Amino acid sequence: MRSLFFILEKEFRQMRRRKGLIRTLFIAPIIQLILMPLAANYSVKNISLVVVDHDHSSTSREMVAKITSSGHFNLYATSESNKEALSYVEHDKADLVLEIPPHFERNLVRENSEKLSVEINAIEGVKAGLAGAYLSQILLDYNADIRERFLPPTHQAFVFRIIPIHWYNVFLNYYLYIIPGILVNLVTGIGLMQTAFNLVNEKEIGTIEQINVTPVKKFWFILGKLLPFYILSAIIFSVGLLVGFVFYGMVPVGSIATMYIALLDFLFALVGFGLLLSTYAESQQQVMSLAFFFMNILNMMSGLFTNLDSMPAWAQFITNCFPLSHFIKAMRMICLKGSGLADITPHLLYMFAIGLVFNTWAVLNYKKRS
Amino acid sequence: MQAVIEARELTKSFGSFIAANKLTFDVMPGEIFGFLGANGAGKTTAMRMLCGLSIPTSGEARIAGFDVYTQTEKIKQNIGYMSQKFSLYEDLTVKENIRFYGGIYGLKIPQIKKKTDELLHELQLTQEADKLVRELPLGWKQKLSFSVALVHDPKIVFLDEPTGGVDPITRRQFWDLIYYATSKGITVFVTTHYMDEAEYCNRVSIMVDGVIEALDKPSVLKQKFNVDSMEEVFYLLARKAKRSE
Repeated sequence: MRSLFFILEKEFRQMRRRKGLIRTLFIAPIIQLILMPLAANYSVKNISLVVVDHDHSSTSREMVAKITSSGHFNLYATSESNKEALSYVEHDKADLVLEIPPHFERNLVRENSEKLSVEINAIEGVKAGLAGAYLSQILLDYNADIRERFLPPTHQAFVFRIIPIHWYNVFLNYYLYIIPGILVNLVTGIGLMQTAFNLVNEKEIGTIEQINVTPVKKFWFILGKLLPFYILSAIIFSVGLLVGFVFYGMVPVGSIATMYIALLDFLFALVGFGLLLSTYAESQQQVMSLAFFFMNILNMMSGLFTNLDSMPAWAQFITNCFPLSHFIKAMRMICLKGSGLADITPHLLYMFAIGLVFNTWAVLNYKKRS
Repeated sequence: MQAVIEARELTKSFGSFIAANKLTFDVMPGEIFGFLGANGAGKTTAMRMLCGLSIPTSGEARIAGFDVYTQTEKIKQNIGYMSQKFSLYEDLTVKENIRFYGGIYGLKIPQIKKKTDELLHELQLTQEADKLVRELPLGWKQKLSFSVALVHDPKIVFLDEPTGGVDPITRRQFWDLIYYATSKGITVFVTTHYMDEAEYCNRVSIMVDGVIEALDKPSVLKQKFNVDSMEEVFYLLARKAKRSE
C-alpha cells in the first residue's frame, strides 16, 4: 500500500517533466474538438441544383423559388436542355437536375396530374439520398399547397400532412449529437495509447527489470501505473466539455455527476485494455501498431459516425463488447435526453463487466518472472 | 558457516537450447564471488534465476535461505540487483531515484532521508543530488545504480557486468565501493569481462557454454593451470567454447 504512494509520486514527476507531451495531450484534443464537428456534419447543405424549365409558368417559377428558399439547395444554373443540364453534373458543378416538362401548369390544372423528372448524382451516396429526400419533401408540400389553391373546396380530397416533432434534439442540431461522440473518441485515443505506451516504455528502457527484482506487489505497481491515466483522461474529458460549451454552446441536459460516473466506469475498461495491450507488446512500436489497429475498429464500429442498429446482429454483438459504444450511447443519452443513472445502468454494467475482464486478464498476463 | 547462495544442478533451457546446465556452487557470506564467462556463456541467465526473475527449468537453489521456486518475494527483500542495462529513471534526479527505490523497498520516510544523505556522501554526489540522472556521466550512473541496489541493506547484491564501458579510474572507484559493501557484511555476486577485476574476487567460477568449468580462488586457479594471470586461465578455458553471441 505504501509503495503505491511512491509509484504515484514518481509517475507524476515524470509526467511533469515531459512538458512537450503534456502540451500535445491537451492542445491536440482542443483543436480537434473545435474543428471536427464542422466536418463531421451529416445535414446536407449547399446542394447545387440545375433547373430545366420547359414550362416558364408562374407555378413552375414559384416551385423553384420554394425549393431554393429551403436552405438546402443552391440554384447553380437554369438551362433550356436536359443535355446541357447533365453536362453540369458531368463536370461536377451540379448535384441534381430538376426538369419541368412543357405545359406543366396547364396539365396540372386540367388533368389533375403531371410528372417531374429529377436526376441526382449518386457518387456520394448519403448526399444523394438526402438530396432526393429533401426535394421530394418540398415538392410534396408544394403539391398540397397548390391542391388547396386550384381545386374548389368541394373537390378536395383528403390530404395528409406530416409534421414531425424531433424529441431530445428539437432543432436536429448536429453538433449536440456529434460532440459527445468526438469527445469520447479523443479520450479513448489518449487514454488507450498513453497507458499502453507508458508501461511498454519501462520494458524498453529496462527499468521494469529493476522493479521486478523488488518485492513490490504486482497489484500496487499496476494500480500506480494506471491511476495517473485515469486522472489525465478525466481532465482531458473536462477540458473537452468546456470546449463544447464555449464553441458550440453545448450544455448537457442531464447531470454532470452521472456523466462522470459513466466516465470513470468507461476509463476502468479503457485503461484496462491499454494495460492488456502493453503486457503483450515488447516495444513501443509493437504497442503502437496494436493500439492503432484497435483504435480504428473502435472508431468505426462504436456508433460514432454510423448507426449501430442497422448492422447485422452478429456485428452488433461485437460492438456490444466495446466499452466505447456503451460510453458513446450513455453520453448521448445524458447530454441530449437528460437520462439519469437508472436509465444508463445497462451500459454501466456492460462497461464494468468488460473492464473486469480486461483488467483481470492483464494482471494475470503481467508476470514478474519468466 | 551457512552459504547464502546454494545452487544444486540449477538448469535453464529455452526449448532445446540449454542456457545454464546443472550449475552447482555455494557462495559464503561476505564473499566477493566472481562469475566469469564469455559472451553467451549463460551468466545472465544464471543470475536472473538466482534473483527470482527467471524460473529454473530444473535443479535447486536457495538464496539467503529462501527457495527460488516458491519464496521469490522473500528473496527479493534480501537481495539487490544491478542489471547489465542501466535501469534507473533518467528523467528523475539522483535524489528522486533513491527515494523511489527506497520507497518501494518499504523504507520509512526518515530512513529514506538518512539513506539518501549517506549514499550521496559515499558516492560524493552531494553536489549532483538534484541533477537529472540523464545528465550524469556513465561511470557515475553505474556507481549510483550500485548504491540504489543497496538502498534496503540487502544480504546479497548481484552485479551484472557493472563496469562495462567504464574508464579504469572509475572502475577502481567502483571496486572500492564493492569492498566497502563487503566490509559491512554484504555478499557480492559479480559478473565481469575484465580479468584484472577477477583478481579482486575471493573466488571465481568460469562458465563455458552453460557449464561451470572451473571454480576456485584466483591464486589456486592460476597455479592449477600453471599460468601467471587470470586472463590466461580464462583464455585456456573459454577458447573451448563452441557457442557465442
